[in-house]
Amino acid sequence: MTTIRARFVLVAALAATATAPPTPLKAQVPPERILNAAAEPGNWLTYNGTYSSQRYSALDEITPGNVDDLELKWMLPNQVFGAWQTNPIVVDGIMYITQRPNDVLALDPATGRVFWVYRHTNAENARVCCGANNRGVAIHGDRVFMGTLDAHLIALDRITGRALWKTTVGDVNLAYSITMAPLVIDDKVIVGVGGGEFGIRGFVAAYDVETGAEVWKFYTIPGPGEPGHDTWEGDDWEHGGAPAWITGSYDPQLNLTYWGIGNPGPDWNAAQRPGDNLYSDAVVALNADTGELVWHFQFTPNDAYDYDSVQVPVLVDMPWNGQPRRLMLWANRNGYFYVLDRTNGQFLSGTPFVRVNWSSGLDANGRPIPTPQPEGQPTYPGNQGGTNWYPPSYSPRTGLFYFSAWEDYATIYRPEESEYRPGQAFLGGGFDVLTPVPGAPTVGIGRTSPINNWTDAVGHGAVIAMDPRTGQPRWKFEQYDVSDSGMLTTASDLLFTGGREGYFHALDARTGEELWKAALGGQIVMAPVTYEVNGRQYITVVSGNSMVTFGLRD
Amino acid sequence: MRVTFAAMHLPRLCAAVLTLAASLPAAAQNLADHTYTTTDIEAGARVYIADCALCHGANGDGVDGVDLRRGRFRTVRSDDDVRRVVTQGVAGSRMPSFDLSAAELNGIVAYIRAGFDPSGVAVRVGDPARGQAIFEGQGRCVGCHRVNGVGGRRLAPDLGEIGIARTAAALQRTILDPNAALLPINRPIRAVTRGGETVRGRRLNEDTYTVQLIDSEGQLRSLAKADLREYEVTTTATMRPTSLSADQVADVIGYLLTLRGIS
Repeated sequence: MTTIRARFVLVAALAATATAPPTPLKAQVPPERILNAAAEPGNWLTYNGTYSSQRYSALDEITPGNVDDLELKWMLPNQVFGAWQTNPIVVDGIMYITQRPNDVLALDPATGRVFWVYRHTNAENARVCCGANNRGVAIHGDRVFMGTLDAHLIALDRITGRALWKTTVGDVNLAYSITMAPLVIDDKVIVGVGGGEFGIRGFVAAYDVETGAEVWKFYTIPGPGEPGHDTWEGDDWEHGGAPAWITGSYDPQLNLTYWGIGNPGPDWNAAQRPGDNLYSDAVVALNADTGELVWHFQFTPNDAYDYDSVQVPVLVDMPWNGQPRRLMLWANRNGYFYVLDRTNGQFLSGTPFVRVNWSSGLDANGRPIPTPQPEGQPTYPGNQGGTNWYPPSYSPRTGLFYFSAWEDYATIYRPEESEYRPGQAFLGGGFDVLTPVPGAPTVGIGRTSPINNWTDAVGHGAVIAMDPRTGQPRWKFEQYDVSDSGMLTTASDLLFTGGREGYFHALDARTGEELWKAALGGQIVMAPVTYEVNGRQYITVVSGNSMVTFGLRD
Repeated sequence: MRVTFAAMHLPRLCAAVLTLAASLPAAAQNLADHTYTTTDIEAGARVYIADCALCHGANGDGVDGVDLRRGRFRTVRSDDDVRRVVTQGVAGSRMPSFDLSAAELNGIVAYIRAGFDPSGVAVRVGDPARGQAIFEGQGRCVGCHRVNGVGGRRLAPDLGEIGIARTAAALQRTILDPNAALLPINRPIRAVTRGGETVRGRRLNEDTYTVQLIDSEGQLRSLAKADLREYEVTTTATMRPTSLSADQVADVIGYLLTLRGIS
C-alpha cells in the first residue's frame, strides 16, 4: 500500500513538472514595475497596491454574477497569537507576508505552502503602545524590506530569505519602533517610526536599497530655526511625538511623497504643549529625492484627542468644479472627510462623516473651529476616531471613496500633567469610552473575545461610500460591532471588506448591496488584496490568526 | 441611498431609547440609608492616621494578607466584623484592641469601604449569613438567579463569581436601581420569528446577522435576524428595584461579596 501510494505521488509530481508553466524569467522588480503597478493587476506590488494607494484592482474574473462561487482555496495560521495586520505583497507567483512580531514568509499564493521563513529577534526592551504589529514588506529588485519593532530596517534576498543588510532607524531605548510596511520609490526604501505614546520625535527617512545607508530624514517636528518650530514651546518639540506609522503614497509626476503624521505627545493633555504642534496630525508632502518639505496641511492643531492623521493618502485625478484636478481624498480620525489639492495642499472641502462635537466646523482654510467639551462630558468621535489607519479604497469606476467608520462612539477624556521620561509612556492622562452603565464593558483596540459584551451601546461600524464631490455618503453598510477593516475594490464593481465580527463581505460597490459573505470567525483588521496565479483571480484576507484565500470554484 | 436591513436597524432604535432610560432619576430608596457619609469617611481618615497607619501603612497594605484599601482581609467580611476586630483585637496576632467611640468606629469602616478615598462612596456591607438567608428567602433572588449552578431558573446571570466581578457600590446600584445598572449585553430581548413564534430571553451575544440568547425556557438559542419578523432589545431590566430594608440590602451585599467562584 505504502509503495503504491509513493509511486502515485511520484507520478503526480512528474505530471505537474511536465505541465507547469516555465518559471517566469522576470526575476526582479525594477522601480519601473512599481511605477506602473496598476498595469499588472495580477500582482500586488506595494502596501496599497499602487503609488496612488487606491486599493483598486483591474482584475474582473470575480464578478457580482459569480461571487457566489467563491470557495476557500487555502488557510495559513499565524504562529503568534494577536491581531494579524500583515498586508501581502504578490509578485510573479510568490507572496511575501510578515507575522508577529517580525517574521517574513515567502509562500505560494495558490496553495499557501511556505518556501522560507526569516525570523528577526527584537531587542527585549522594544516597546509599542498597541500590539506587536507588522503590516508587511516592500519589494525592490530582488530584495524585500521589513521594519522591526526595535526600529531596524532589514533587507532580505527575496529568493533565499537571507538577510542582506540591517540598519538602525531609531533608538529602541527611546521607544522608537516600526510597524508599517516600507515604501520603495526609485532606489530608496522609505519608512516612518512609531512611538507617539512614548514621547519620541517622529520622522520619515529614506535608505539606499543597495546598502541601507540613510539618504534623507525628515523630522515631523521642526527643530530650532526651522519653519514651524514656533508651534511648540520650550523643549516640548524634543519629545512631542508626531509618529508616522502608516505607509505613504507617491505622485511620480510631482515627485512628491505624502505621509500622514500621528498624534502629538503627551496624547491627551494639550494644555501641556501649547501651540499648533506641527506637523502632528498633518499630511506632509515631501520631495522624494531629498525629503524636503514642499507643503503640509494640518487636520487637528493642538490635538487633545489622539486623532492621529496616519490614514492612507489616497491620490485621485478627477474634475473639481469642472476643472481636472490632482486631488487627495482623506477620511480623518477626527471625523471629517477632506478633499485637498495634492499639488499644493490647498483645502477644497471638508465635511463630518460621523457625529463631531470637538469642533463646530472648518473655516475657509480647513482649520477646525474648536469646541472642547466640559470636563466629564463625552467627545465625539472617541479616542479610536471616526476612522483610523484602516486602508480605504477609491474606485475610478464608481467615483466613490470607501472606508470603515465608527458611528455613535464617544470618549470622556481625563487630561493630566505628564512628565517626560525617556522611553516611558507619555500619555497626559487617560480616557473612558462612553457607556450607558458605569463599569460596562467597552470597545478597545482590537477584539479579544468572540462575545460582544460591549454591544452597539458603545458604537458600531459602517462602511461609508463617500461621494467626494458632495462630501455626503452615497450609501452606508452598517455593522453591529465596530470595524477596523480596510477596503478593496475591483473592476467588476465589487467591494471586499470585513470587520471585528469575522464576517468577510463582498458588496456591490455601486449600491452597497451585500452579494456574498463568509463567516471566518476572527476579526478582520487589514484590507484584502487580490492577485492572479495562472490566470485565476484570488482574494486574500487575514481573519484573526489565519490568512484566508478565496477563488472561484474550479 | 442608504442600505437598510430591517432587522439590523432595530438595535439602533433601542439604543436611542436606552439613553433616555439611563437618564431617569435613580430608584426611590434613599441612598443615604445604604452608605456612610462623607463626614464618616473624613472622621475615619483621622482615626486611621492616628491609630492604624503605624502598622497597616498609609496605603493599608502594611500587614501581610491584608489590603484594607482594596477590601482584602484575613477574616473580616461584614462591617460589624471590622468593628469587632478593632474593638476586641485578634488573639494570637499583633492586632491590639482599640477603645473607640461608635462614631469613630463608623468612621474607620467608612474610610476602609471608601477605599481610603475621602470623596469615595462607602457602601454599607452587612452580615453574609443573614444576607444569604435573605437572598434565598424574602429577597426572592433565586427565582431567577443561580449561584454556581444552584438555585432557580437561568433567566438571570449566575452570580457564583459576582464577588470578583463587582464592587460593593456596583452591587448596591443593581439592587436599588436595576434599570440603571443593567449591562447592555444582559438586556432582555423579544423576537418574533417568521413562523410566528415569540422568543424571549437574555442576550448572550449579538452581531450584524445573528443573536444568541438564553430563552425563557432556559435553553440556548441562536437566531438569524433575517428569519425574524420583529426584534426588540429592551432597556428595562426584568429585575425590579428591591423592597428590602437598607440593613437587609447591606446584608445581601455582604453575601454577594463572598461569592468568588468554586474553590
